[in-house]
Parts: sequence; C-alpha cells; structure tokens
Amino acid sequence: MKRRTFLTVAGAGAATLAAPSLLRAQSAVRIGLITTLSGPGGYIGADIRDAFNLAVEMEGGKLGGVPVQVVVEDDGFRPGQGKTVAERMLRNDGIKLLTGIVFSNILGATLPDILDADAIYVSPNASPSNFAGKECHKNFYSIAWQNDTLHESAGQVAKELGHKRAFILAPNYQAGQDALAGFKRMFGGTIVGEQYTRLDQTDYAAEMAAIRAANPDVVFQFHPGGLGIAFLRQYAQAGLIGRVPMVVAAPSLDHTTLKAVGDVADGLWVSSHWNVDFDNAANKKFMAGFTQKHNRTPTYYASQSYDTALAIAAALRQTKGDIKPENFRTAMVKADFASVRGAFKFGPNQHPIQDWYALKAGKSASGEMQIVTQRKVLTAHGDIYAPQCKL
Amino acid sequence: MSLLFVEQVLNGLQLGVMLFLLAAGLTLIFGIMGIINLAHGSLYMVGAYAGSIAASATGSFLLAVPAGLAAAAVTGLAIEYIVIRKLYDRDHLDQVLATYGLVLLFNESISLIVGRQPLFVGVPPALSGSIEILPGMTFSVYRLTIIVAGLVIAAGLYALIQRTRLGMLIRAGATNRDMVRALGVDIKLLYTLVFGLGALLAGFAGVMAGPLLSVQVGMGEQILIMTFVVVVVGGVGSIRGALFGAIVVGLVDTLLRAFLPQLVRGMLSDPSEADQLSAGLASMGVYVLMAIVLLWRPQGLFPARS
Repeated sequence: MKRRTFLTVAGAGAATLAAPSLLRAQSAVRIGLITTLSGPGGYIGADIRDAFNLAVEMEGGKLGGVPVQVVVEDDGFRPGQGKTVAERMLRNDGIKLLTGIVFSNILGATLPDILDADAIYVSPNASPSNFAGKECHKNFYSIAWQNDTLHESAGQVAKELGHKRAFILAPNYQAGQDALAGFKRMFGGTIVGEQYTRLDQTDYAAEMAAIRAANPDVVFQFHPGGLGIAFLRQYAQAGLIGRVPMVVAAPSLDHTTLKAVGDVADGLWVSSHWNVDFDNAANKKFMAGFTQKHNRTPTYYASQSYDTALAIAAALRQTKGDIKPENFRTAMVKADFASVRGAFKFGPNQHPIQDWYALKAGKSASGEMQIVTQRKVLTAHGDIYAPQCKL
Repeated sequence: MSLLFVEQVLNGLQLGVMLFLLAAGLTLIFGIMGIINLAHGSLYMVGAYAGSIAASATGSFLLAVPAGLAAAAVTGLAIEYIVIRKLYDRDHLDQVLATYGLVLLFNESISLIVGRQPLFVGVPPALSGSIEILPGMTFSVYRLTIIVAGLVIAAGLYALIQRTRLGMLIRAGATNRDMVRALGVDIKLLYTLVFGLGALLAGFAGVMAGPLLSVQVGMGEQILIMTFVVVVVGGVGSIRGALFGAIVVGLVDTLLRAFLPQLVRGMLSDPSEADQLSAGLASMGVYVLMAIVLLWRPQGLFPARS
C-alpha cells in the first residue's frame, strides 16, 4: 500500500513538472479534478479533463487572474476509489476546491467526505435529485443541470412535436427510473408502453417487437453510452427508424456516440442545453480552442466542464483567490461568467436555471452526420427539487 | 399476438445461438482441460474488434469474418501457450485469478491501442433490411443469418465430435482425462487444439455481434455470465448440452422480457410498479432456471459423463 501511495505521489509530481507554468506560482489555488478516465465511460472523463485544462491554458495557467494548479486523478469508474482519491486530496494535499466527477453513484460516495471537510465541490456533470432537494449544501454547486431536467426537456420536445402516444424505455436503476419520471412530467400524453431493460442487456430484440406491436407516435429511451449505441442500431435494424420517431435526452446521443452509431441516428430528436453550433462568442471561442488543440468534436460534457472552469474563474476574480467557503459562495452564486450555452444563473439550490433546446441529428451537405439546433423549447427552466432546499 | 410470439421465439433463438457459440468453447475447455477460463469473453471481444477494424478498413464484411476468426484464434493459442499451460495442475482459484488478470490485461490493452470510444460497424448491405417470413411478420435478415450460421456450426461441431478421430479424443478427454493421457495421446496438443477451437468460436460470435451490439471494452464480461449459466444448465463438457442449454436460456430470457410485463400488469394495479417488478423478475429468470436445473439434475441437462 505504501509503495502505491508513493507511486501516485511521484506520478502527481511528474505531472506537475510537465507543466512548468503552473509550478512557478507558489500561491496557486489547487483544484482537485477527480474523474472517470478508465472503462467505457472513459471518453467522458477525458473530455471533462481536457476542457477544464483548456480554460486554464487560455488564461495562461490562471483562472480569474489567480494562478491555479489542476490535480487530475482517475476514479476508475469505482465509487470506492473516488472516495479514496478525494480523502487523499483533502487530507494529504490540503485541496479545498474539487470538481470533475462524471457519474452520480461516484458522486454519492465521494461528496459527503468533501462537504464534511468544509471543502467546495463544483459539479461539471453528476447532479442527482437528493443533492438538489433536502440534502442541498451551501458548498455544492452544479454547473451542468439537475438530472431530471435532462429528461423533462425531452418530454417537452415530444409534446411540442405533437406526439400523443409514447413508448418509453430505460434501464432498471435509479437514473433510469428518474429519466422515465422526468419525461412523463412534461410530456402529458398517453404512455402506451413502459419497459425497463437491464443495465447489462445488449440485445433489445424483444423490446423492438413490443414497440412495433404497440405502434406508438414516439419512442423515448434513456440508454447511456454503449447501451444506447446497441439500442439505436437494433432500432434501425428492426425497421423502426423512419416509422416511429424517437426523442432522446442529451446523454443518449452525444458527439462521440454519434460517430459510433453513424447513419442510424438520422432524424433523431435530442433535447439539450448546449450544442456545438450555438452562436455566441463564448461558445465560438471554446469550439475553436478545443477542436484546434484536441482535433476532435467536444461532447456536451466538455462544454459543462469548460463552464465549470469559467464559473470558478469568475468567483476567484471577485475573491482575489480566496476560497474560504463563505467568501467564495458570495461570489460564486452571482454566476458572473459568459456561459457557452448562453443564459445561465443559479437557482436557490445552486443548480442551474437555463434554457433547453430541441436538436436534430441528420446528414450535412457533405454527408457527415451532425446534430443541428432547431429551436428553444424551455426558457429559464429550473428543477422541481429547489423548493425542498433550505439554504 | 401469435405473430408477435413467433417473432419473439425467433429473437430468443438468435440470442441462444450467440450464447451457444460462446458456451461451446467454454464447456469444452472446462470439461476437457478442467480450466475455468474467465478470459473467454476477451476472445469474443478480440474477435469483435478485429472484425470491426477489418470491416471499416476494407469495407467488406466477408473479410471481417476471417480477420476476426484469425485474431481470436491467434490470441487464444498465445494465451494457452503462455499462461493456461502453467495452470493445468493448479487448483481452480489460481486459474480464476490468472484468467481474470488476462481479462484486465485485454481490456486495458484494447483501451490503449484502439481507444475507449466504441467502434462503429454497419450491417453488411446484402444482409441489411428485413424480410417477410410469415404473412404480416417481418424479421431482420441479419438476425436470421446468425441463426442459420449458428445452427450450421452446431451441426459441423456435432459431426466433428461424433465422426472424427479428433472428436473421439475430445469425447474421451471429457469423460476421463487421465485415461486418455495414460493411453499415450499427446494431451498437450489436444488441449491446444481444443482451446484454439473454443477461441475460434468465440471470435466468430464476436464478429457476428459487431453490427448488432456496441463494440466496446468490457463487452465480453457482459455476456460471459450468461454463458456460464448455459454451461451449467447444459452440463459441463457437452456440446449437445451447450446447444440445448443456450437455446433454452435464450428463449427463457427473451420470452420473459417480452411477455412478463403484460402478465404482471394484469395482476397489479399500479403500472409503473408492475413494470419494475416484472423487469426484476425477468432478469432473475435465467438464474432461477439454473437453480431449478441444479436441484433437479445437478449434472446439467446433457452431462458429458453420463
């Protein structure tokens, strides 16, 4: 165990040496970025890391004029490891400002320790309902969304497209159940079929046959990552694509999974709070910087992480580098930064109040698959848990 | 309703055939060599990756099949020679640890070489689309191809095992390993051949799964658990058991997922509670089946050493 600790410390040291501009600042604010870099979700963590570092590099190693040092660690897609890494950062490294976690189960295991140590956590992604409602905390900020709103916006898209009868599917776990509940909250039409799949399921032939038999107006499904790729392909192979329109929330089709599904996604509706084609100065700067440096299209996870860095920068600028929680909070809740998604402010539970858009996947003139923003479906949309939060 | 049932039976059959391709290798390796090979799923993954890469590089699915088969077979022979050979006389715990290590090694190697993003591979144009096999009922040509190919392979394996000298040795090995060795058969060569055959079948399953599922790191472990259920239900070491076990498991799993929700909905008033309950029961289904088989026939349905 000792040897392993030594190795990680040595590794962190080597990483610091690799970034000389960060090393020279003695009074740099250290930011712990714990994220998922291994396993099937590894591309998400890589986007979060790269976008956060991009914002720091654009300011020449600073955020809000304050020198910062970003310490990146992999949680290995394991809640236990996320917790261990957080404990080490808090106790041994004295880091008081953390971010980066992708998955809500890892956040659930890690966040209590961070908050108990009176440190600050700014979430670039995972934002489950409990931390938005009764268990909300003055040191927890979500820059992404509250999880339910992802699927509420998909319900809104389906409603605005004029669909009346929906068939809905999600894996049988907490986030899947929340997804279906969120969709139903805004959709308002009839649910002709509701099916739970398994998290380890790869073959959806039975579900496809059930959808065909129910003959709905629209299908909503929430299958993140590889599950969604398999689902979409089999949906096309079952001859359902083009016959029954599908609406999904952002996690079911990002710009990385779009590459893996190819033509199959043609005509798919996606609800999202951000897209690559958003026409504002902040987004253009982000898109140019990211594609130039990494030579790939960023996912919405990257946009959230970039916004997280901008939000922290805005707060640090006002406090002049002070991260004492009460001072930091006064500055942070103002959300005084130009978000890549346009309008952004915090609700009373320190979760976003933002606009949601309908996007559509299709072929560009050159035959490439792309996701194009169509229209705004929800304006200044908060979450339903905010009233339960007493801060 | 009845047409939907026929379609779901075909879906179950297709899942069963995929499981058979994996289970056949696993059951032979366990039955004859006494090795618990957790890395069998990795061979499936290697086959899927090699097939996908070959398909996207050449644009031909016909070349993807030999590429996937070759990659899986070569990988299989290499791990047999380097790792598995040292494990024949060790106990099962050592084998599980070593082959689990191989699983981690393969997953990380593929992340490093190919990257973590899932690969795209399309259905070959000749097999895309669906045909009407009964009036008013269409079925995917590709899935039908998988069923036919799997059944042909099952017949081929049956002929190999029942009609050839190699098959005779394999059967003998499954029945009494020590006796085969005592009779002067080159058991090492036999082991290598059996392992290579298992790897070949797993690679074929991987190539065929590519266009259907998501080709990604860790795809082998998803299906491996179900494959072990098939081996236990069918009887360790028996190809016939693997075939019938796979089809039974595939049908039970698919039909429960397809029809249990309606049954449970009829019994409970709250539909979303009913759906959650039926989803839970459906995912337990194959394990309940395994428990029943173990109680009723502990050796499996078609044991090799009957």
